Order: sequence, then structure tokens, then C-alpha cells
Amino acid sequence: MSIRGKACIVGAYEHPARKAENKSTAQLHAEVALGALRDAGLSRADVDGYFCAGDAPGMGPLSMVDYIGLDRLRHVDSTDVGGSSYLLHVAHAAEAIALGKCNVALITLAGRPRSEGMATGTAPRAGNPAQPDVQFEYPYGAAVANMYALCARRHMHEFGTTSEQLAWIKVAASHHAQHNEHAMLRKLVTVEEVVNSPMVADPLHRLDCCVISDGGGALVVTRPEIARTLKRPVVSVRGAGEAVKHQMGGQLDLTYTGARFSGARAFEEAGVTPADIKYASIYDSFTITVLLQLEDLGFCEKGQGGRFVADGNLISGTGKLPFNTDGGGLCNNHPANRGGITKVIEAVRQLRGEAHPAVQVPNCDLALAHGTGGSLGTRHGSATLVLERE
Amino acid sequence: MSEKLAPRTPPAPTPDPSTRAFWEAAREGRLLIGRNTKTGKVHYPPRPVCPFDDEGEVEFVAASGRGTIYSYSHMHAKTPYVIAYVELAEGPRMMTNIVDCDPAALRVGLPVRLVFVPSEDPAQPIPMFTPAEEKSDHAHA
Repeated sequence: MSIRGKACIVGAYEHPARKAENKSTAQLHAEVALGALRDAGLSRADVDGYFCAGDAPGMGPLSMVDYIGLDRLRHVDSTDVGGSSYLLHVAHAAEAIALGKCNVALITLAGRPRSEGMATGTAPRAGNPAQPDVQFEYPYGAAVANMYALCARRHMHEFGTTSEQLAWIKVAASHHAQHNEHAMLRKLVTVEEVVNSPMVADPLHRLDCCVISDGGGALVVTRPEIARTLKRPVVSVRGAGEAVKHQMGGQLDLTYTGARFSGARAFEEAGVTPADIKYASIYDSFTITVLLQLEDLGFCEKGQGGRFVADGNLISGTGKLPFNTDGGGLCNNHPANRGGITKVIEAVRQLRGEAHPAVQVPNCDLALAHGTGGSLGTRHGSATLVLERE
Repeated sequence: MSEKLAPRTPPAPTPDPSTRAFWEAAREGRLLIGRNTKTGKVHYPPRPVCPFDDEGEVEFVAASGRGTIYSYSHMHAKTPYVIAYVELAEGPRMMTNIVDCDPAALRVGLPVRLVFVPSEDPAQPIPMFTPAEEKSDHAHA
């Protein structure tokens, strides 16, 4: 059984806040929920499936279901694979819809790490000592930024990738962010500015990192029969894949990501190839994240990512593969330290033809959204969606 | 000349019942890895249930302490440090720190040797690595 053509994204909403000092996390979840339902032309009374992840305060979905006021649920799922959760939720929602377990699925993400003053990338986190890896990582100062730096260093060693090539990814994101009035970093940057920005975790500079922001987003997924009765363009889920990659008992390999598996599964289900994709939302916690995933998704050969991203190849209008046209996590926002839902939202905008005119991809009828959650340097979830405009 | 990193005192680990032997061995200057008694496959971090094979028991055995740098990053924190994966001579790649070194002189593939560094719990040292002394060609490097 396949989910191809079994479910559609009919509502997408991105919270405009980048700093939400006077709002609670639960409030942000409720605001994005209503925003996505309004976008779809639906209401809370229509929702019978709810999906959230670890950013939702409370036990699994329970507190959010109560707080938002969802009374007709017959299906919930709080699978947490970090920032990739929300792409996986779209796939799981499609599965539940295909099986008749729900008709209208709501997915929410929200958080306020910026208001909380969180040093997201640089502060080692002690975590729960019952997590078996913590005692073998926390004493060494493992933090988000240096784990991705290990991936970058190894890629440079094996394939000759350069800091300048990585910088092109930030440059492309900034070209898109200049048109997004909500983006945190709207200034165009150059390769030189990226490589001359302060070193955070060698070889990653400050401008190789994503922003830290508050905010959130939500999606509404439903069956095609319902989608076609609504007033919004129909964005169909054509294929999906998920994977978990880890340290493999010490047989760790930092040169590839779980996208190798989740991407292949999504393309197979969709019956398309990377060459068919008109627009790609690629998880961008760091520049190296994008480069590794582009290779593993098959947009270029392994090791060729540096050459692929250079010279503006990811810039809409000039490059071969327009990516993250909202500015992505690198320039726009990274709500709750999880960039998954905004990846889907911008793909939906592109497929609807509702992206900013300066970055809208002409005749965008097939898009990919890919997320990573956790850490490429240790263990992570991967989720890939192939989305299509009907 | 080279500029060595200032020492950093790492946080103490929180051992659990399955890793007590690992951390007790560290107090005696030994780094333990897991070995499947039936298949001989070794893994790290060591755990009582083999991550590879359904058959066989796991015994904890001492690693030689020799290895090479698989990847590393000089973390520009308030107290800077070098975090790395070291490929042990036995095979597994292990997260660790490279200490007593000039970060600018490190490279992927550099031979390193095991050392133990006291943690915030002075009775609990942590296994780390430092560049292995190179032979006579060092002066010409």
C-alpha cells in the first residue's frame, strides 16, 4: 500500500513572530493551529487527528489537545525525531488518512528559545542520564555546532570541500531572505563575509549557522475528496520516506546522512527522480547540513556537493535548484530550534504559487521537502516528502 | 611556535549499572570496549547487549589506546577545547577530546594515544587522546 495521492496539505501557516517575549509556548501552538485552519478554510471542529513533537509542552499530545481545545480527535501521534518530526508527521497523517483513522489532521510546532536566551548551538546539554549516550558525550563538550563541524571537517578531508563552497549556501539563503519581511537576517551576504565571520566550531563560522528564533508553524492534512471542496490550491503528498541513522556501535560514518535512505524511499513512492524536482526545501541548521543532504538525496554525486552549491546554484531565478526561498533556517527563522515545519510551509507556498514574486519558481508543480532532526554528528532522524500541485 | 590549549576540566559522567565497570576501569587507566564472545566484533560505547549480533555475550575488553583522528573541531568556547572522533586501533570510532595539543597542528589521520584527564569529580578520570610522539622526522615537519 502506498500513500501516493491519498492525502493533501490544505492549510499552512507560519507564525510571524521571531521573538515572542510576551507569549507562552502553548499560546504559540494554539495561534499557529488556528492560522493553518483559517488558511484551509476549516475549523477546530473539523480536526480529528493531531500531531506534535517534543516542542509541545506536556505529556505527548495531551496538554496541547486540552489547551487548543480539540474535542473530536480519534487519532494522535507525538513521534519526536527532532526537527524532522513535522515532515514525518505529514507522512504519518497521510497513512492515518489512507487507513480511515482520521480525515483532517493538524500538525503544530512552536517554541521560544530566543526569548529564553538559549545558547542552542554552543552550549553542551547534560540531558537525561538515562539516555545511554549522554555519559559518553557530555563530558567531551558535545554541542550542536561542533557535532556538525565534525561532519564538515571529514567532508573537507575526503572530498576537498572548502569553506568558500559552504559559504555559498548562506549566500543563496540571504538572496532569498532579502525579500522576506519577517526574516531575521535580510541583508545580502558575500562568501567573504561568511568565511570572515567569527569561528564558532572550526571549520564552521557564525554565518555557517542558522538563526535562533521564536515562533512556530502548523499544517493541515486531509483526504483529496475534502481538499477539492476547499478554496485553496491542492497540494498532494506524492511520496514520503523516513530513516534513523546513528553511530552504529562505533562504525560511524560522518560523510552521509539518513537522507540517503529517506530520500530514496520518497522518490520511489513518488515515481520521480531528483531531476524532476522544481523546488527543494532542505533542512539548514548549518551550511554543511544542506550540502550533505543534497548529495544524499541525489541532487549531485557524493562528494560533489561543494561544486554543486557554488556560484549561486541554489538561488531562485539563477541557479539550477532553487532552495529555501523563504531564507530558511540560515536567514529566516528556526522556531523551537526545529526547522522542519517551515520547510514544508515554503514548499506549499511554492506549489501554490504564493511564494514572494522575486523567488517564486515558475510553473512549480513538483517540490521536495527534507528534514533532519537530532544531530548529524551522532544520531538523527531523516524525513523526506515529495509534494505535487494537482 | 605551537600554542597549546589550556586544560579544561570536563563534567563528570553519570555512570549507570551497565557502565560502572567502564568508569571503574578508567580510574585504573584502562579504556574498555565491548566485544562479542561469539563473533569477536567490537563496539563502542560498550553495552551489555551487542549492537550487531543477536548471538553471543558481550565482554568488556581493554583497548590498546592507540588510534588516529577521524575528525575534529576546535570549539571556540570561553574555555576552548578540541572535540573529535578518534578511530581506535581496534576499529570503533569514539567521541573524545584531543588534549595537550596545538589545535592548529591537528589533522585528520594524525596518530594519537590514550590519556586520562581528571573530571569535576577528581576521582573519576575521563579517557581522552593526545597527539602521539612522532619519530625523528618531527623536527623537519
